[in-house]
Amino acid sequence: MIPEIGHFALVLALCLALVQAVLPLLGAWRGVPEWIAVARPAARAQSLFVLLAFLCLTYAFLTNDFSVAYVAENSNTALPWFYRIGAVWGAHSGSLLLWVSILSVWTLAVTFGSRSLPEDIAARVLGVMGLVSIGFLLFMLMTSDPFTRLFPAPLNGRDLNPLLQDPGLVMHPPMLYMGYVGFAVPFAFAIAALLDGHLDAAWARWSRPWTTAAWLFLTLGITLGSWWSYSVLGWGGWWFWDPVENASFMPWLVGTALIHSLAVTDKRGAFKTWTVLLAIFAFSLSLLGTFLVRSGVLVSVHAFATDPRRGIFILIFLALVVGLSLLLYAWRAPAVKGGGNFHVLSRETLLLVNNVLLVSAAFAVLLGTLYPLILEGMAVGKISVGPPYFDTVFIPLTLPLVFLAALGSLVRWKRQPFRALIGYVWLPLVFCTAAGMLFSFWYLGRVHALLVVSVIAAFWVMLLSARDIWWRVRRNLAGGTRWYRVPRHVLGMALAHFGIGVFVLGVALAGTGSLEKDVNMHPGDAVQLAGYTYRFDGVTETRGPTYTATQARVTVSRDGQVLATLYPQKRIYIVQNMPITKAGIRPGLLHDFYVSMGEPTSDGGWAMRLYFKPMVRWIWLGPLFMALGGLLAAGDRRYRLAVVRQTQPKERAAVRPATQPLPASPGGS
Amino acid sequence: MVRYLVPLGVFAMLVALLAVGLRHDPRKIPSPLIGKPAPEFSLPALTDPARRITRADLLGKVTLFNVWASWCVSCRDEAKVLDGLAKSRVVPIYGLNYKDRRAAALEWLKVFGDPYVANAFDREGQVAINWGVYGVPETFVVDAKGIIRYKQIGPITPQVLKDTILPLVRRLQQEARRR
Repeated sequence: MIPEIGHFALVLALCLALVQAVLPLLGAWRGVPEWIAVARPAARAQSLFVLLAFLCLTYAFLTNDFSVAYVAENSNTALPWFYRIGAVWGAHSGSLLLWVSILSVWTLAVTFGSRSLPEDIAARVLGVMGLVSIGFLLFMLMTSDPFTRLFPAPLNGRDLNPLLQDPGLVMHPPMLYMGYVGFAVPFAFAIAALLDGHLDAAWARWSRPWTTAAWLFLTLGITLGSWWSYSVLGWGGWWFWDPVENASFMPWLVGTALIHSLAVTDKRGAFKTWTVLLAIFAFSLSLLGTFLVRSGVLVSVHAFATDPRRGIFILIFLALVVGLSLLLYAWRAPAVKGGGNFHVLSRETLLLVNNVLLVSAAFAVLLGTLYPLILEGMAVGKISVGPPYFDTVFIPLTLPLVFLAALGSLVRWKRQPFRALIGYVWLPLVFCTAAGMLFSFWYLGRVHALLVVSVIAAFWVMLLSARDIWWRVRRNLAGGTRWYRVPRHVLGMALAHFGIGVFVLGVALAGTGSLEKDVNMHPGDAVQLAGYTYRFDGVTETRGPTYTATQARVTVSRDGQVLATLYPQKRIYIVQNMPITKAGIRPGLLHDFYVSMGEPTSDGGWAMRLYFKPMVRWIWLGPLFMALGGLLAAGDRRYRLAVVRQTQPKERAAVRPATQPLPASPGGS
Repeated sequence: MVRYLVPLGVFAMLVALLAVGLRHDPRKIPSPLIGKPAPEFSLPALTDPARRITRADLLGKVTLFNVWASWCVSCRDEAKVLDGLAKSRVVPIYGLNYKDRRAAALEWLKVFGDPYVANAFDREGQVAINWGVYGVPETFVVDAKGIIRYKQIGPITPQVLKDTILPLVRRLQQEARRR
């Protein structure tokens, strides 16, 4: 009964989505207030029915209802309850339902967070989101209904894909989708603005908090995915340039560009058509990501369900959404007037360079991801593009960005006197260069050019971001305001930029300083690595709810003092008879000890892979800082103030004394 | 105006590329076993543990070698197609029951029909590894001399049966008769 309610709720949601899309859009076009007024109630009702469907599927999983085919294929009575919830989005149909459910969450958020918007704009935004919802609901109902019954019902289910039975991966898809789908909001704002014909600073102001919110979730989602692959896949890496990883990374790069470009449009009224194009791109790449993962066009470790019919549907949907958006863009954009002029050395120029680099990086990733497909299209054969390509192309594009990020808050809008800038930066630049070189030499004992540059970049951006906040605090102290009254978006930006430094430092130091050894070990054997002793104590058999495991015990010690005890496992998941290695890891802020188990060897020992990984946690700590920065910025109160349309940036600036340019540190926000 | 159409043009090319990509089946990794002799095996029969099914059972005639399991949901769809094929008596179907429990497999045959001449019971999935099986269901077309001529990954649909498997089986049967 419950699954039928779920299915019915989806059908109702589709009908309501039609209402939500058609009436408000027509109403805003023809100026019918009654039709415009339909937008919010229809959107809320649609969202509630989608969420009801989601709850029904979750209920089916929690109660082990194996008469539902999707549950039977992805769950098992032995599966603990939290993995049963994770199993809801463990395969194709359910992850689509998650997609639509998260779109509903964003839609609900827009219905409540859009009260300061003009009614016709809010109606258009919700209408566009309704169109997106129609597409995905149709996709689900036509090709992949998660509520299809199975008769006769099997006694037990097929179990969740063992790779997904990990706490990190239960949270990974919801976070990632919050990001992906969240870009539907700035997309809807962009389309609404194009339909309306008013691409102005007010539009950019409305889009900003939503874009930042989506971006912060995407950041968290990608970070969780990276952390998971480090701890589960067992070869100590944290990023593999896998097509599915790339699919989430491209919207992130373009979304980052969008955040910065929106700032220019908001503050200076410039880059309008470019910003609108980026908003379309960010969401298009999210859709493309869904297409790549769900259609099976590219072979990847993540390719769960592949079905050409699904691929065709989503390709047509992609072509319609993006094609129509770009057509609308081509129609409306020529009429948009450019913003204010700016000098060669100005914050506008810096942000332009930021955008060019980020979009080029996204394009490079796109090219690398699709290259196998291009070759196959030309019948050259199946190939895959690996890390060497991405590393060579990606690092030169992104490392300059790190240097630029530090200048972000220092350089003025419109025009920055060159001498003044030099005055602000020469001392930190000298200090960071010297410190970076010394540090790199101390760390590796030799000169490694990439390491030196990376460390200098990391020090530089961390130092300047911290100094920016310090200047604010000092000015508050001098000016009699309470010292901690720093605008949240300023604090957020500094924190996010500081996070880049943390991340770069982690990547550079873990990349160059990691040590590994492949050894054949017998119980009692000890191996020296990086000055630590890894001793293999022996193996025991153990079992979990859905698996049996061979577990080794490895103690790590130095000078006779035990520092860590690691328990790497080789698990066999019973139902699917699938072996998984689970690395034994002792995380630490400065270094990880990491052991992964191989096969038993012919002489009675075990093949063991021992790692010493310095600073690897910083790779995930950095993005956490970025996400926290995003949270602060998105929550800034200035976005909650109603913005009157068509006011000039200058006039609006007068109402917000907190963001006026500062004498001590130049530039506003 | 033209300048603003550039993104649309680039996107159109991307869609064309993806459309071409869709027509290629990523799972169609050519099996290295095609054209090679079928791997040796000897397994207990599903219905009668005392009897053994071996590669020799497949020789002397064109056969289908179908890998299935009671826990496999798409095998249920395939069962109807295989039943129809078995009734037409065009080609004998041998089964490899993969990583299954005997009782569950026998029950499944009762419910969904038994198109098989005989079933080998591969409890550990060891034989399946030698045959390069990486998903269930899969079906191999083996000629009279025991050489693998075709591998179907995923369920046999009526379409695949009509367009690919039956023509191939007829051709192989003619070849066998001519010799």
